[in-house]
Amino acid sequence: MKKILIAATAAMLVTGAGLFGASAADKLKVGFIYIGPVGDLGWTYQHDLGRLAMLKELGDKVETTFLENVSEGPDSERSIEQLARAGNKLIFTTSFGYMEPTLKVAKKYPNVHFEHATGYKRDKNMSTYSGRFYEGRYIQGIIAAKMSKSGVLGYIASFPIPEVISGINATMLGAQTINPNIKVKIIWANTWFDPGKEADAAKALIDQGADIIMQHTDSPAAMQVAAERGKLAFGQDSEMIKFGPKAQLTSTMNNWGPYYIERVKAELNGTWKSEDFWGGLKSKIVVMAPYTNMPDDVKKLAMETEAAITEGKLQPFKCPIVGQDGKEVECKGGTHLDDGQVLGMNFYVKGIDEKIPGK
Amino acid sequence: MQLVLEKRAERSNTIALISPLIAIGLTLVTMSILFAILGKNPISALGVYFIDPLTDSYSLQEIAVKATPLVMIAIGLSLCYLANAWNIGAEGQFLVGAVAGSWLAVKTQGTDAGPWVLPAMMLLAAIGGALYALIPAICKVRFGASEILTSLMLVYVADLLLDYLVRGPWRDPKGFNFPTTAEFDPVAAVPVLIEGGRLHLGGVIALVVVAAVAVLLGKTIKGFEIRVVGAAPRAARFGGFNSNQLILLTFAISGALAGLAGIIEVAGPVGHLQPGISPGYGFTAIIVAFLGRLNPVGILIAGLFLALTFIGGEQAQIAMKIPLDVTKVFQGILLFYVLACDSLILYRFKLIFASPKVSSGAH
Repeated sequence: MKKILIAATAAMLVTGAGLFGASAADKLKVGFIYIGPVGDLGWTYQHDLGRLAMLKELGDKVETTFLENVSEGPDSERSIEQLARAGNKLIFTTSFGYMEPTLKVAKKYPNVHFEHATGYKRDKNMSTYSGRFYEGRYIQGIIAAKMSKSGVLGYIASFPIPEVISGINATMLGAQTINPNIKVKIIWANTWFDPGKEADAAKALIDQGADIIMQHTDSPAAMQVAAERGKLAFGQDSEMIKFGPKAQLTSTMNNWGPYYIERVKAELNGTWKSEDFWGGLKSKIVVMAPYTNMPDDVKKLAMETEAAITEGKLQPFKCPIVGQDGKEVECKGGTHLDDGQVLGMNFYVKGIDEKIPGK
Repeated sequence: MQLVLEKRAERSNTIALISPLIAIGLTLVTMSILFAILGKNPISALGVYFIDPLTDSYSLQEIAVKATPLVMIAIGLSLCYLANAWNIGAEGQFLVGAVAGSWLAVKTQGTDAGPWVLPAMMLLAAIGGALYALIPAICKVRFGASEILTSLMLVYVADLLLDYLVRGPWRDPKGFNFPTTAEFDPVAAVPVLIEGGRLHLGGVIALVVVAAVAVLLGKTIKGFEIRVVGAAPRAARFGGFNSNQLILLTFAISGALAGLAGIIEVAGPVGHLQPGISPGYGFTAIIVAFLGRLNPVGILIAGLFLALTFIGGEQAQIAMKIPLDVTKVFQGILLFYVLACDSLILYRFKLIFASPKVSSGAH
């Protein structure tokens, strides 16, 4: 099934590319570097949907090129440079591991603008952008605590970086508002995309008593396992309902289209400048999939929470926040943790019994 | 009726020489058909793949950068394969070399250590790779364990070792827990040869390795021993050659070269140690070794050719929107034709019509 989807996507892109590629040469060239195949149905897939959404709006002024499956090792610098040499004026590099290579190429090509997703190093011609995924995870935590019978959540994590840690914390903070004794079991898959490992992790979590599965890895494998075992799960990155029509509660989806449209427009108008963008539900970079497989009261609660976060009335990291060690975390943002604290988050909140790997 | 492969009584040397060219020719024809099916002009597609990368200095440098680790590893592997020792774990030796060399880079980070750091890192990497390769070799000569399996399985061990180090002890303290070491200091980096480009000293080292192994195989008794042990084990025994010792030696050399390639890649193009430093170089090098017919110069050409397909494939993705999968199909087809042509030098097809003797089902 997945192969067929990939083939279909590839076929679409080939024909699509033919249509766009044929036209005038004075269009703005925009390049994309993808970590996975466009058919991964997760992270890369969403970036590609963003690219297509941007083309739909600006296709008459813009021509895009993407390189997929670019490993984060020695090849990525060359791939990025190839795009710069091919005349792309704005280049999006969509994985953390491209940070150093993007920086190197950006220094070499001062007239090309670069946008690096999820990193923290910037330059005159290199922006960073990311999503406040923790906002969606806070809502997921609330739903999970409402829906869990065993009181144990299963969490498949990728790497112990701040983005993932803050996601785990936000989930637990949300869940604790419903059930203060909720437990979470975490398995580190040490990968962003490995359907086999992700499925194994989901099985192990279910065997340990978790009845709600959530993940910070990119494939729908965990959703499929949850569906097979009659458990509930949250999608990741993209809409995964077709992999678990009876299992998916919602999904925190990445919606890059609005950002890509805005940045390409800025490039076209000559107003592009280097910045650090971090958007959430409000800027529609993070979007929740429909709330399904849950009673109406839970659905209502989820929607209210979503609205409150969108309007800025509710902060997932509202003070006081107590760390694992029982000490209250310094509240640098006044009423909530400030962005720096979330972007550099390296502690678990109280109620999580596990230990951050390598800490 | 049956189709069987029958060994040829004699093989033609001319055909043996031109067989890679036939294979490449067949690949080009097949790929042209594929491009035509995809709706691309075959001539311009092949041009983008094979001609364009050769026309500017940037692409040429990139080809050399890509070929460097492939050639170095493949040269080492060829010694093993010539001696009939099957080292499949060069990927692991590459990683362990990278780790061993990076140790020094991490330890001297931020100190005012002098220019001795890089050579010392390379030495450590070579030793690390060699020791790691000796594990399967010793298991082979001492316990008769299959070196194919043990060397392959050690790849995963090496992978996890690297993973552990960059997530734990060696993690960049300023890196927000991301699994990578800090960028190496300039004294721990492989110098670039041309300002603004990526061609680095590793390319020169690879050429030296090619020359050294060519001399070893062609002009020395050790080289002769390696070839005899592989080609005619019985004759080698009569000649008093110690095949166990040669297994250890070839594995050690091969591991050292893979390890050296590892640190050059890490301290060169990558600049720091992180997971995923090798997009499968250790395995691709096996293809390079055989494509180059286990001959040093052949391997150099094969490595450059394979690198060309990578660079050309990338440019085809950009210039003609040809999907990456086509490049992979392309490499697969190439290997298929090379092996097929090689087989047909030694064997020929023969049709056998059902013989009455074996027709009954009485037993």
